[in-house]
Amino acid sequence: MVPAIQVQDIFKHYGAVRALAGVSLEIAQGEFFGLLGPNGAGKTTLISILAGLTIASSGSASVLGFDVRERYREARRALGVVPQELVFDPFFTVRETLAIQSGYFGIRDNRGWIEEVMHHLDLTEKADTNMRALSGGMKRRVLVAQALVHKPPVIVLDEPTAGVDVELRQALWRFVRRLNADGHTIVLTTHYLEEAEALCGRIAMLKQGRIVALDTTQNLLRMHSGCYVELRLEPDRLPERLAPRVVERRANGAYRLALGDYNDVEGLMGEIRASGVRVQEMEVMQPDLEEVFVQIMQKA
Amino acid sequence: MGNAHVTRHPSPITGFYTLFYKEWLRFWKVSVQTVLAPVLTALLYLLVFSQTLRGHMEAFPGVSYPSFLVPGLAMMSVLQNAFANSSSSLMQSKMTGNIIFVLLPPLSHREFFLAYLLAAMARGMVVGLGVFAATVWVVDLPLARPLWALAFALAGSGIMGALGIIAGIQSEKIDQLAAFQNFIILPLTFLSGVFYSIQSLPPFWQGLSHLNPIFYMIDGFRYGFFGQADVSPALSLAIVTACFFVLSWLTLWLIKSGYKLRH
Repeated sequence: MVPAIQVQDIFKHYGAVRALAGVSLEIAQGEFFGLLGPNGAGKTTLISILAGLTIASSGSASVLGFDVRERYREARRALGVVPQELVFDPFFTVRETLAIQSGYFGIRDNRGWIEEVMHHLDLTEKADTNMRALSGGMKRRVLVAQALVHKPPVIVLDEPTAGVDVELRQALWRFVRRLNADGHTIVLTTHYLEEAEALCGRIAMLKQGRIVALDTTQNLLRMHSGCYVELRLEPDRLPERLAPRVVERRANGAYRLALGDYNDVEGLMGEIRASGVRVQEMEVMQPDLEEVFVQIMQKA
Repeated sequence: MGNAHVTRHPSPITGFYTLFYKEWLRFWKVSVQTVLAPVLTALLYLLVFSQTLRGHMEAFPGVSYPSFLVPGLAMMSVLQNAFANSSSSLMQSKMTGNIIFVLLPPLSHREFFLAYLLAAMARGMVVGLGVFAATVWVVDLPLARPLWALAFALAGSGIMGALGIIAGIQSEKIDQLAAFQNFIILPLTFLSGVFYSIQSLPPFWQGLSHLNPIFYMIDGFRYGFFGQADVSPALSLAIVTACFFVLSWLTLWLIKSGYKLRH
């Protein structure tokens, strides 16, 4: 099957600044893919190149096998982009905005689909409201709707939940999950790592225009960290032999200790029992993507 | 949510037409500013100049000064508003960021160009017609060669619409666009013979006027009304048409290259 997105050796320079330094990437159809990285890592530049908003200095990119420059009509029809900035055209209402966007994609009468998208995004009530009069969250919903007017098989969301309240964030993810279940390929950039962890099957991490990690979310979590145990002791005295394992002393008085794997718990408990201290509270914790992210960014 | 891979029969014509229609709506929805205001400005010029210069000036034999002035003012309004439409629309879209809505869809550089160009020409024409509609009651105006007038109005508004696209793409801030307007468009328009026949100028200034493309637009347009002009209308039309094609080619090339749009 043709990959949903293929990027080969992309470089992008802005004068002396190098935004992308040789990025290659392949995303299969139907994936839920995460693009992570600190500010300025090149995530938005990469998305812009895929969308034709930016022209790469060298290298090639294609959407569903269509080169973004040579076959731009097909490539752009295959792609729906939700931009990061809350942009809108103040001259139009929500419904007009969506009808116009459909028209740009060559669809003359898109009423049925527009009503359906508005319904799913809870926009129906605001359909005839001018874009200027909408709240930030509502404008964000319209941006999502605009990206979907032409039913694109590949959908890119560039930090769609930045500055969005919890309710909308959850509604948005339900909606995007459903699109993914229906066969749409989803590419997501986000600053919220727990979101990426919960949603994405595969993740690429970018730093200074390069991919520094690219794997399934599970593998990233497994490879880059052992697990932890958090203990509260009574009396509050950690056996000396365990001191080298302490990663952190928590504000609530708990000790956070590093474990190689879950089997280490047994030895640990033996030490504690032997020193005559009782365990008051205990929690075994998996690494989260945030720690993996920090580790990778520090190493890279 | 239906099938992810539904193929409709999307048509580039619809894409172009939608962009044109959006650009039309953009000025039509605020027509008090974009149509009525420039018509009023033209009327004020007419009032002031025709009152102060009546009897002092006869540009063409047998043509009163107000009659001479009206086609000039109409054409000036056509030109300025065609320029204003495409330049301000692109500039605003770039500043607010909503330009991405027209950059993401599968519109070719030709469709993009034609949509902005035709909407600019349309606004120019609407304002021009407005000026006539407002003055036809008070000023006696023949229309000797209507097709010539139309040809010059189309070519002139096309030139300024294309120039507006270039200025809108090139400018990064409002003041850059204002500079373009104040230091290039406005002087060229005022010194093009809107308010006078260049026959009344000293030879040096007459010679200089011949380098101003807007002079040919005004002079040719006026020929459509009075059947007389400062230079041959065929020559004017040739020059204006050539300008239009060169500018269109340049604008198309700029859009295709992605200059300052897809950077």
